[in-house]
Amino acid sequence: MTFLIQQTLLYAVPLMIVALAGVFAERSGIINLALEGIMIFGAFVGVWFVQMMQEVDVFIIASRTGDWMTLQLLALAAMVVAAILGAVFSLLLSFASINLKADQTIGGTALNLLAPALVLFLVRMIANQNTLRMTTGDAASWFMIKKSTLGIDRNTDLGFLGETFLNKVYLATYLCVIIFIVLSIVLYKTRFGLRLRACGENPQAADSLGINVYHMRYAGTTISGALAGLGGFVYSLTTANCTANGDVAGFGFLALAVMIFGNWKPLNIAMASLLFGVFKCIAAAYTTLDINGDGVYMLAEIGISSNLYRMLPYLVTLVVLAFTSKKSRAPKAEGIPYDKGSR
Amino acid sequence: MKNTLLDLYRKDSTKKVLASLISILAGLVVGAIVVVLVGLSKPNIGASGIWDGVRLIFAGILSTGRAATGELSWGFNARALGNMLFRATPLILTGLSVAVANKTGLFNIGAPGQYLMGTMATLVVALSIPYGTMPVFFVWLLAFLAGCAAGALWGAIPGALKAFLNINEVLACIMTNWLAANVVTWVFEESNMKNIVEGTKAGYIYKTTYGLTQVDGAWTYVEGNGVATAKMGLDKIFPGSQVNGGILIAIVIAIGVAILMSKTTLGYELKACGANRHAARYAGIRDKRNIVLSMAIAGGLSGAGAALYWLSGNTEFFWSTYQSLPAAGFNGIPVALLAVNNPIGVVFSALFMAMLNIVGQQLTGFTAYNEYITDVIIAVIVYLSAFSLLIRTKLSGKSKAGKTNANAELVKTEEKPTAEAETEKGGEDA
Repeated sequence: MTFLIQQTLLYAVPLMIVALAGVFAERSGIINLALEGIMIFGAFVGVWFVQMMQEVDVFIIASRTGDWMTLQLLALAAMVVAAILGAVFSLLLSFASINLKADQTIGGTALNLLAPALVLFLVRMIANQNTLRMTTGDAASWFMIKKSTLGIDRNTDLGFLGETFLNKVYLATYLCVIIFIVLSIVLYKTRFGLRLRACGENPQAADSLGINVYHMRYAGTTISGALAGLGGFVYSLTTANCTANGDVAGFGFLALAVMIFGNWKPLNIAMASLLFGVFKCIAAAYTTLDINGDGVYMLAEIGISSNLYRMLPYLVTLVVLAFTSKKSRAPKAEGIPYDKGSR
Repeated sequence: MKNTLLDLYRKDSTKKVLASLISILAGLVVGAIVVVLVGLSKPNIGASGIWDGVRLIFAGILSTGRAATGELSWGFNARALGNMLFRATPLILTGLSVAVANKTGLFNIGAPGQYLMGTMATLVVALSIPYGTMPVFFVWLLAFLAGCAAGALWGAIPGALKAFLNINEVLACIMTNWLAANVVTWVFEESNMKNIVEGTKAGYIYKTTYGLTQVDGAWTYVEGNGVATAKMGLDKIFPGSQVNGGILIAIVIAIGVAILMSKTTLGYELKACGANRHAARYAGIRDKRNIVLSMAIAGGLSGAGAALYWLSGNTEFFWSTYQSLPAAGFNGIPVALLAVNNPIGVVFSALFMAMLNIVGQQLTGFTAYNEYITDVIIAVIVYLSAFSLLIRTKLSGKSKAGKTNANAELVKTEEKPTAEAETEKGGEDA
């Protein structure tokens, strides 16, 4: 059970944060199809940053002496860098869709094509292979918080909650949850959030009240880019062992599905991403999944092909969308370039 | 003479072509800039390496390799050109697939999934009909049709979801893409078509040139008993390359789609649904049926692309594909965008994309750079084509001053020359 919850969180949290990225863009009126591309870019930037910092003496010493605070600081810095560059990358989309009033779907597709191409090109130039890895060690040895890092003896039992949430976890997971909550409050309880949502519903009305629609849309898309970049790095740190290979296994698109399934509302999105997290987790680890702790790997013993388990997240998405899409209510003005002169 | 050139320039279609050409040029320039920047940051590449990289980006198709002196040599490279035609074959069809859906107002990002299903159906049919039961040509035809049908089915699913349940087709397509990747892996995992004859080909399916043959009472695959698309003499023109008649079939299909879209009732209805679904329904067009039909046609075209690619008989399919989707499917999107959804334009833009592909190989082979730079170029082109409308307005030479009068003037000046031109033309005829 502990393993199931931890693994589910590892998949659900990046999904959640990237789905929120989609919400910020769409609520301001811009369809951000580029989430996948921005994730790929963010993952690459974060991993590259970590890889470069691993040559700096401070961090080499920290990893040898087990100074976990310094190492967590490095992970934090990498997250910030990934978020900033994700935001910068998303400016390409904002510029095309806000200033030039271009087709947002095509703009997003272009970014989705550009990110893996650019990342693979650079990775090949940097590392002479198709995957960028950490110079020494792996994500678990550098950034994972274990009992030993907290100074607790390996054999102490922390109880169910302690074992689940304090042992073998990443700081990034919790940070993302906090960011998710804070930004959800910003979206619903602040003046900025109200204005942002107004621009996605009725930009003409918002404009008539003195809100600068272009600025709000830039803000929405930039926050979206930052979150997607962050989500990309967190994904690669926690589930891909801090490597970048120009691929995040369709997570950006899955996040879009989660966003639509969650009806563009943060709480629903959190629930939806947990659901998808469970299925992703089952698909990835069903052979070693011991749900009730009796030493029997039930899912592996049923004898269903692994292909079916891998299909589950996508199949479930389609079925769930089929049931919810009639009720789903997208922001009214999304995808329509704002033109001051139009009526 | 000067006037006819001017008339040509004022035509809308000319501007579309010009806008695409500008996008292409800008894409190539950005690619060259990246090459220069990376070259400057890496001391081991050097000035001559950068110069080689830039020249290959612009004219790599004409490169014949490195001469003994170490200099790049140039000339008519029959092998590269033939391979370009071979690579263009599936791209033409996936490009048509995206273009047809686009005309109906649908964004077919599901081409990779349809392509994969087409691949599977084609290979399964081609490899499971025993040698000698029917003429080779029928086997080829059956495999080709199976590929089309499987693609059409896979395209119809998101179409139906869109039409009847109002699910965003982009999302449905992405989900069906990954479903296809898993289905294909599953089918081949259970099949006996995995190549076990050649030890180095582990993980691959037999080429279609292998045929199921009974040898001493046991069924085995024997090379030469299978099917392959006829070369139609193209191998004489481009010796040493992989080209075959598939490219001609693809061009014929493109012409067929062009006729379908512009000369038939069905094409008109599809376009009407794309222009305004509700207005189309008001006019008595069955919009839901047309959406499903459009996606099915799109899927069938992608499937046909896969069939032509694999029936060439000179490439193996890596069957454990659940982690990746075929680039030939995704590249249908830039091909269609670059051609502004014009079926005949698709042929040319697919040829261009295939050329970039060859250029990428030349870059990997002859310089310190790698083939991914050509993907960057494609992405830049797609990005620019997102605002090709803007480029077209700029080409018209009118400033977007935003004054109300300017608009009226624009209409006036726009109309005046064409009227003049027409009278002139009339004069010539007389």
